[in-house]
Amino acid sequence: MNPVNYLYLSALLFTIGAAGVLIRRNAIVVFMCVELMLNACNLAFVTFSRMHGNLDGQIVAFFTMVVAAAEVVVGLAIIVSVFRARHSASVDDASLMKL
Amino acid sequence: MSAHLAAYATSTGEAVQFWVLGTVAVIGALCTILMRRAVHSALCLAGTMIILAVFYLANGAYFLGVVQIVVYTGAIMMLFLFVVMLVGVTAADSLKETIKGQRWWAVACGLGFGILLSAGIGNASLTEFAGLGAANGARGGNVEGLAALIFTKYVFAFEITGALLITASVGAMVLTHRERTERARTQRELAEQRVREGKHVPPLPAPGVYARHNAVDVPGLLPDGTPAELTVMGTLRKRGQIRDVSAEAMADLKALEQRSEERLGRDRDARDQDAFGRDRDEEEANR
Amino acid sequence: MENLIALLVGAPLLGAAVLLCGGRRLDRTGHWIGTLLAAVSFAIGLALFADMLGKGAEERALYQRLFTWIPVEGFQADIAFQLDQLSMTFVLLISGVGTLIHVYSIGYMEHDERRRRFFGYLNLFVAAMLLLVLADNYLLLYFGWEGVGLASYLLIGFWQHKPSAATAAKKAFLVNRVGDIGLSIAIMIMFTTFGTFAFGPVLEASGQASQGTLTAIGLMLLLAACGKSAQVPLQSWLGDAMEGPTPVSALIHAATMVTAGVYLIVRSADIFNAAPDAQLVVTIVGAVTLLFGAIVGCAKDDIKKALAGSTMSQIGYMILAAGLGPIGYVFAIMHLVTHGFFKAGLFLGAGSVMHGMNDEVDMRKYGGLRTYMPVTFVTFGLGYLAIIGFPGLSGFFSKDKIIEAAFAKGGAEGWILGAVTLLGAAITAYYMTRVMLMTFFGEKRWQPDADGNPPHPHESPRSMVIPMVLLAVGSVAGGAVFEFAGFVEWLEPVTGYEHGHPPIGAAAVTACTVAVMVIGVGLAYLQYGRRPVPAVAPRGSLLTRAARRDLLQDDFNHAVFVTGGTHLTRSLVYVDHSLVDGVVNGTAASVGGLSGRLRKLQNGYARSYAVSMFGGTAVLIAATLLMRAV
Repeated sequence: MNPVNYLYLSALLFTIGAAGVLIRRNAIVVFMCVELMLNACNLAFVTFSRMHGNLDGQIVAFFTMVVAAAEVVVGLAIIVSVFRARHSASVDDASLMKL
Repeated sequence: MSAHLAAYATSTGEAVQFWVLGTVAVIGALCTILMRRAVHSALCLAGTMIILAVFYLANGAYFLGVVQIVVYTGAIMMLFLFVVMLVGVTAADSLKETIKGQRWWAVACGLGFGILLSAGIGNASLTEFAGLGAANGARGGNVEGLAALIFTKYVFAFEITGALLITASVGAMVLTHRERTERARTQRELAEQRVREGKHVPPLPAPGVYARHNAVDVPGLLPDGTPAELTVMGTLRKRGQIRDVSAEAMADLKALEQRSEERLGRDRDARDQDAFGRDRDEEEANR
Repeated sequence: MENLIALLVGAPLLGAAVLLCGGRRLDRTGHWIGTLLAAVSFAIGLALFADMLGKGAEERALYQRLFTWIPVEGFQADIAFQLDQLSMTFVLLISGVGTLIHVYSIGYMEHDERRRRFFGYLNLFVAAMLLLVLADNYLLLYFGWEGVGLASYLLIGFWQHKPSAATAAKKAFLVNRVGDIGLSIAIMIMFTTFGTFAFGPVLEASGQASQGTLTAIGLMLLLAACGKSAQVPLQSWLGDAMEGPTPVSALIHAATMVTAGVYLIVRSADIFNAAPDAQLVVTIVGAVTLLFGAIVGCAKDDIKKALAGSTMSQIGYMILAAGLGPIGYVFAIMHLVTHGFFKAGLFLGAGSVMHGMNDEVDMRKYGGLRTYMPVTFVTFGLGYLAIIGFPGLSGFFSKDKIIEAAFAKGGAEGWILGAVTLLGAAITAYYMTRVMLMTFFGEKRWQPDADGNPPHPHESPRSMVIPMVLLAVGSVAGGAVFEFAGFVEWLEPVTGYEHGHPPIGAAAVTACTVAVMVIGVGLAYLQYGRRPVPAVAPRGSLLTRAARRDLLQDDFNHAVFVTGGTHLTRSLVYVDHSLVDGVVNGTAASVGGLSGRLRKLQNGYARSYAVSMFGGTAVLIAATLLMRAV
């Protein structure tokens, strides 16, 4: 098998995640799609790590996970407080920033 | 053996594993964005992540594979599920697009992006794997190799992520914390307020119908058979998650009455069957 | 000796600082301090003069460099003085006449509450004027030039409670600004052309610059001279400047400051010598002003304004002479000095008359004053004889030389200029005789002043009389002294000199001069001596009426500059509103319209923004790939 297939899979997952961000309204699902995109990137990093024969790619993936964890904590807290205030988790309802 | 394979080349076994699990992962990702309920999306995403963990392992990143399962699938996705529960498990999203042209733009951008990305990868002409055997073996293993890098080359980044995590956890607490602006009212004060308002002096009625349904989301029925929303807690009422079982309950009741009448030998043919309460009153009056 | 030069300027400057900063405690002694310091300046001037006379003609110039004023790379201006024969002449005139007028002012301003301040301003003027003539570079000259302008402004408007005085001061200041622009532009051209503005290097290098540059510098200097010396077309301020106290009119607006333009032209002689076109314009300006001032002087009933017209006319003579080149420079300066004496004397006499006549200035309300003010009459009369060029008195020598030089210019030009100067001499005789007759002869036409007090003409106090007597002596003897003591040889090393030969012979010119003078006096006698002078001015001919209005100069300025400026401003406002604002507003409107359409992209939905981000990323990838492909 051509190992580049991992990269194609990564690109595919990333694109699916991005499309999910664009078409879903539920903030939690949008957030999940962001996580999917991060995971796709991680897969690419791990594959590159193997390709180049050093561990730096894995380190980057590791840091991505840490940052994703922090991001999820804050992001979900925001979603909860927005839901509390507006009784809605739809990203389209938070559309006050327009003329 | 697997380490050896992961390090140098892709075996047939890995190819099979890739094609099978890769397909599942793509299906999982698609389901994530296409499921109407957030819970289902979360579960599909968890599946995809586990498959990614397997791919990490296959690529020689043993530590990351385990972390992916423990941290990502185990902790982060559970956090997602908690929030989904808070927001409403059963609430299903409409997939109907409301912003004009959004879906077409999304599809166009997605396709274009994916094609360009694939083209870029194809252009890169990276076909040979250098393998991780040497890198992993240099320190006596994958975990030791990562540790050596984290605590030497990337030590500052590592320290900064520590600060980031502290900040994030404090931030989450601040964001979800709600400051009480007034003293919590005691039970006595609440009772006094109820009496003063005079709306609902006694406690609210309990949900559930005739001991058939005791779920909190099933409203009790009024004497005329209509559901009494007061019996359901406010949160569910607001979410619209009231399960209306009045029709079934009425049907059950009717069947029960009929059976009992048959057993008692009463003739009910001529009688109006609609409003049982009033009918029975009339019957007694006729006697 | 050269270390004393700075003291020439320093003494009156110190006086000005002390008097203006000293406050009320100097009210009793201030005028003495001011007079003393002006006299100190004059004494130093005399000492330097004596020293200078003891040296050979070529070694007389003294230099003193105090410090570097503006030390910038490639642009150096020094506070440095140059005292040569030309400057020396001016120093003696300024400090001498200045001191006399200080003395005169002690009496004249005796009842003025703000006398201390007046003396402070006078000292400031003397300091600035000395700085002007002592500067060794054009930038410092400019500094003094502006200083005398400031002092002039302050002194014309000294009685600022009178709206007319305040307006006159403003007018003088504004018109002078026009001329000052000329001087500043001339200095800028000099700096760009020669890289310096010190007199020596600039004048030495003036032969190397192009004709056009020199003509430009010359014309700009002429503009400056026109402003300061009240020459056509910037003459309109001088008549109104008579609103100031009479000593000011005598010192600043007759004897010294208004001659600064002549000094500037003579000082820049090398530039003008190399630019004949500029010289021609100078002579034309001088000739026009000469007639202009004389005609105005004939029609004015206000004694000071009549004298102001005369001043304008006499400075016209000087400018004309300065425009003639080396044949005229010396005589321009000579006439300047003699004019400084007799015109200052005439003004002081006029001030004395006003002093005795309840500050009345209308000559139609004078008459028969010769018996009441004998000293004033005699000194004024001597000044009168000097200005009309009575043979033997100072004006005769200097004016006769200018007329000769005008004829000596040669060609049609010489004939025209000569005729103009002769005509001017006749008119001078006419209007001065008119002033003399209306003031001191004939019957009394006195009228009570606004408060109903009839005038009691009397001789002025001694402090006023003595300066008048001294100036009268100068008016009588000055010309002869200059003529026979070698004024030409004295100035020649600085200004250069060529003897001019009039085509009809010097004696014939002198005869003509005397003849036209007699004609002028005779005409005036027929008109004002034989017949009684009406107390109310007759309507007069068209020319008389125009001359009473200063030959319509203010109307001309109003029509051309005020009205024209207003129209220009209005049209500019219109252009600004329609064109500039139109472009600006149009741009704003089109941007606004475009924004209104682009605004629809800003729909507030995070997902829309995400699409644009995602699309942008796709475009970036495409661009990267394309770049790699290329």
